Amino acid sequence: MNLTLKVWRQDGPDAAGALESHTLENVNKNSSFLEMMDLLNEKIMLDGKDAIEFESDCREGICGTCCLVINGQPHGKSLGVATCQVYMRDFKDGDTITIEPWRAKPFPVIKDLVVDRSAFDRIQAAGGYISVSTGPHPDGNAIKIPKDVSDVAFDHAACIGCGACVAACPNASASLFTSAKISQLALLPQGKSERSRRVKRMVEQMDDEGFGNCSNIGECSAACPKKIPLTSIARMKREYLRAVVSPFDAS
Amino acid sequence: MTVLDSKIPDGPVQGKWDRHKQDIKVVSPANKRNFKVLVVGTGLAGASAAASLAELGYNVTAFCIHDSPRRAHSIAAQGGINSTKNYPNDGDSVWRLFYDTVKGGDFRSREANVYRLAQLSSNIIDQAVAQGVPFAREYGGELANRSFGGALVSRTFYARGQTGQQLLLGAYGALMRQVDTGKVTLMPRREMMDLVVVDGQARGITCRNLVTGDIESHTGDAVIVASGGYGRVYFLSTNAWNSNSSAAWRAHRKGAFMANPCYVQIHPTCIPVNGEQQSKLTLMSESLRNDGRVWVPSERQNDLSNAHNVPREKRDYYLERRYPSFGNLVPRDVASRNGKMMTDRDLGVGPEPDRLAVFLDFRDRIEELGKHVIEERYGNLFDIYHEITAEDPYSVPMRIYPAVHYTMGGLWVDYDLMSTIPGLFVLGEANFSDHGANRLGASALMQGLCDGYFVIPYTLGNYLGRVELKPVTGEEDEFRESRSDVNKRIDEILDKSGKRAKSKTRHTVLQLYRELGLTMWDHVGMARNEEGLKYALEKIPELREKFWDTVIVPGSPSTFNKTLELGLRVADFFELGELMARDALTREESAGGHFRDEYQTEEGEALRDDENFSYVAAWEWNGEGKAQTLHKEDLVFENVKLTQRSYK
Repeated sequence: MNLTLKVWRQDGPDAAGALESHTLENVNKNSSFLEMMDLLNEKIMLDGKDAIEFESDCREGICGTCCLVINGQPHGKSLGVATCQVYMRDFKDGDTITIEPWRAKPFPVIKDLVVDRSAFDRIQAAGGYISVSTGPHPDGNAIKIPKDVSDVAFDHAACIGCGACVAACPNASASLFTSAKISQLALLPQGKSERSRRVKRMVEQMDDEGFGNCSNIGECSAACPKKIPLTSIARMKREYLRAVVSPFDAS
Repeated sequence: MTVLDSKIPDGPVQGKWDRHKQDIKVVSPANKRNFKVLVVGTGLAGASAAASLAELGYNVTAFCIHDSPRRAHSIAAQGGINSTKNYPNDGDSVWRLFYDTVKGGDFRSREANVYRLAQLSSNIIDQAVAQGVPFAREYGGELANRSFGGALVSRTFYARGQTGQQLLLGAYGALMRQVDTGKVTLMPRREMMDLVVVDGQARGITCRNLVTGDIESHTGDAVIVASGGYGRVYFLSTNAWNSNSSAAWRAHRKGAFMANPCYVQIHPTCIPVNGEQQSKLTLMSESLRNDGRVWVPSERQNDLSNAHNVPREKRDYYLERRYPSFGNLVPRDVASRNGKMMTDRDLGVGPEPDRLAVFLDFRDRIEELGKHVIEERYGNLFDIYHEITAEDPYSVPMRIYPAVHYTMGGLWVDYDLMSTIPGLFVLGEANFSDHGANRLGASALMQGLCDGYFVIPYTLGNYLGRVELKPVTGEEDEFRESRSDVNKRIDEILDKSGKRAKSKTRHTVLQLYRELGLTMWDHVGMARNEEGLKYALEKIPELREKFWDTVIVPGSPSTFNKTLELGLRVADFFELGELMARDALTREESAGGHFRDEYQTEEGEALRDDENFSYVAAWEWNGEGKAQTLHKEDLVFENVKLTQRSYK
């Protein structure tokens, strides 16, 4: 198939950016979207120009590296997939496709389609873990966790930290990302001892990074490649309220 | 006389690790804070090591080529992690995991290392559960298990089809907790470009900041490389786009021996190649072989669009037929080779003209258990398959074919996981030590975490507590030279002198990389022979020359530049690929993933030559343009009897 591509080019966080138009021919419909981008870059480089910078790694939807806004939607229009899981068979010959980076103030553009998501690491560092050190621990079966609890904890643990939730949200809120980890650990018995401290610190860090607040629009969950449910944010808010009202972690 | 001292403790294998821990030099808690350790790589091995060492009090700097440690390729491991818990009461034990692993590796691994791995496997599960890793549970609340290839017991723990992700997020959490305390300094978007050796000791690294392009020196008292495997030398593999061998290769060029580079795991169940624009292959977890049955039509059939209509008597369930004991759960090397055997006989399925695939079929189990059970077990894998192929595996059989997945070879290490360069430790897939010539499924996560959580925290002290280290600042000649070498390579690949600009034919990095990958796959791939390997040994240097003469790497060295990153990594793959071919040519036997056409049994199984090749091949760098020197570490088997591996 033949395509017209409008791609965002930007030299750095403080430079002005613009959409640049390219045409690309002979794209295999079974190629992935990123393979189409590879092909475009091959063409650009053989023409003696600088490649378009974009990021990807596992190319199977689990590492969370790839992050393109395709025709206005983070990770494209399909539900429950990352950019690397978008295939060209979803497009038609002659289509024009617009490709942009995640747009949010706490995610400054590094170059072209590459953004800095280190704010997520800082939120994680503020408490997205259970504070245990390496060493002997009780036998894995010493704590019984009902299957349904474990399954729901897993649904939240599945977050790949891609940031599509932020890119999709009109407020650039990181609530879905932050609440996914808080929910996972609040649901599991191992996470109960530092429940209050965790939610308070992580929410505070999230606010400090400049992410907006949640106004229950739900775009985040719709854009999420792992379909983290919106109820996760509700749980985070309950956890936060609980931590403020009853700051002790005795459960 | 070999120069290799594996430092395996004396005495019965069961007590070696315990005794060694007693003999190990311990650094006092107050003194640990005087040491600085550089950890390169933040996957399972690197993140667990960095976190554990920081918890002990060491000052750690962790380097990561990604924007975040959470993206490391360990995240893509699907199926599970082995442990000897024996919860199902099916007779598992440390001994059995040890034996299965040594046998699975076709008797080319070190007994002592494998035994330690089996002993520590149980601690890893407890550690991960304590961290909140949401392993699959039974209704009673206890941990669930499933089976993997090469074992007759159920010892694999899993978190849906995302076990690697969940274990990595556990280790990442532990790491970020130490970042929060200030004991770990995190250096994301940094690539190790060189190892710096001062007075014979590893004392630092030279890095490229992947955002600004700055060439930085970092000093430390020890360097830990946990940078993963080199499967992407084949271009197409299940490995992630950024996975590379450069950190390990640069250490090799500074004196670390590279061991058994020809041992590559070709995973039997991957989604087949589809089209010339394909950039990577996707694995379908081995766990699928618990319920999926592998078959091809017993006679060549042209129309297989409705494969479920092929009657039972016209199907050849060749793994079940040839291996009645292990059936579909034979080890990966055996399953891959059998798949190739079928497509070589023109019985393959899938698009013409290649028909390079076999079926993995769930029909029988869906009928027996119901679709919802299969969906719960493998739902995400079926979704991935559906997305990539646009076929629904609930209603038609999956098409699968082998693909490069894991590398058992790597930098040579002793029992303490120290390389031939004092102070340079190598963990996880980057070292060679535990899997022999073939790795069993669900053992990579186990080894990476074992090295990082439970081995290096002990053995690092055994080095730091014994040696004298003079202070280094990063301005010594060795550091300056290293920075200057790195800058020169970058200038050369960017064609700063303009010599390449004049040449008429120019190629992109990907064009040249694909060419290398095809050469490697065709001649140093699933089956090798003398003729092909000799051809590869001529072809690869030619391709390398072509690379340096014609490659296009545009852009600036001082900005984010993915083409430059990839170009430098591919340049190293050209050197590594040649060594792999040489190692494969020298090993005149078949063992595990290394299959030489000339050495096979009448039934087409790998034929080892224990008398002449029961050794680890460790290669020493001799300088640019010179062949490496082979050193041999003899493998001594005191506990298992070497047999022809049989899964019948």
